[in-house]
Amino acid sequence: MIVRILGEGQLEVADSALAELNELDAKLESAVERGDEAGFSAALAALLGRVREIGTPADPDTLAPSALILPQADATMADVHDLLSDDGLIPG
Amino acid sequence: MAAMYLYEGMVAPMGVMKRVQLVFRAKANKALDRMEDPRETLDLSYQTQLELLQKVRRGVADVATSRKRIELQINQLQQGSDKLDRQARDALGSGREDLAREALTRKAGVQSQLGDLQTQYEGLQAEEEKLTNASQRLQAKVDAFRTRKETIKATYTAAEAQTRINEAFTGISEEMGDVGMAIQRAEDKTEQMKARAGALDELMASGALEDAVGGPRDDIQAELDRIGASTGVDGELERMKLELAQGSTPQLEAGAASAEPAHVVDQQAGDAQ
Repeated sequence: MIVRILGEGQLEVADSALAELNELDAKLESAVERGDEAGFSAALAALLGRVREIGTPADPDTLAPSALILPQADATMADVHDLLSDDGLIPG
Repeated sequence: MAAMYLYEGMVAPMGVMKRVQLVFRAKANKALDRMEDPRETLDLSYQTQLELLQKVRRGVADVATSRKRIELQINQLQQGSDKLDRQARDALGSGREDLAREALTRKAGVQSQLGDLQTQYEGLQAEEEKLTNASQRLQAKVDAFRTRKETIKATYTAAEAQTRINEAFTGISEEMGDVGMAIQRAEDKTEQMKARAGALDELMASGALEDAVGGPRDDIQAELDRIGASTGVDGELERMKLELAQGSTPQLEAGAASAEPAHVVDQQAGDAQ
């Protein structure tokens, strides 16, 4: 599957990694629910680190949409909140 | 909507990464739905892509300009700091600890500005690199899209084209969304940086930092010059006193009087060194 890290591009990640990534993502999610900014940063760093570790950069010519999209490394909870809101950050 | 899930937890939990992906997908789908003829979608989208490429390149240039401006200010402040350091040494050498302290206090102020600027400089460098990479990624995708677009148009049969168009469009739309946000972030940072650089320029021009960066109203240097001058005056006074003192004795030893002028010239030459 293809995973995008915002600001960095797309990576090819084995489908078998999905369960592991979901676990890391759940920590990110729960940090957001608790309003725990430090926990959020740590969970995001762990998730991004793992994706970079097991992923290989996707062919730059690929036009395939990603299965999962991760916030950029320096994202805050507010950034993610904006990203997910209806009139969010994504232009166009 | 998605933000609501975030804070109220009323809906079955879904990971952050899937939700972000859905937001991107929804944007692309909305744009696709607006188009009647899929081929029109391709051409219009390509136009937008080229515009975005232009924009990201301008963004890179903007960040580079800001970075160079900060670089210039860093150099100016560094020179100012070096100069204050020299002045502190000169002042200490003249036994003026108060003046040396003033110079070092100013140097500390300049150093703190410098530290700030260094951090900003590194931030801009990182931003520039990110945007440059984004620009290259987008370029590769836009090229791929153009090829795909021509192929689809040449072999167009409505039913089959629709899915291929959707995929290409969704893929490029995701990249454009990502790059668009990167540009936005870079613009925000560049704006902040411009404001700060402008404020620092004003500060330098107003004289608050001028003394440190070699402006005309350098009071520490003026004081040092004054000390230098007064040291010279004191020295000269001493010499004159000595000469007068010596000048009053030769009457007792008339034989030494002819040698006196040469002695004075020697002493002055020695002092001048």
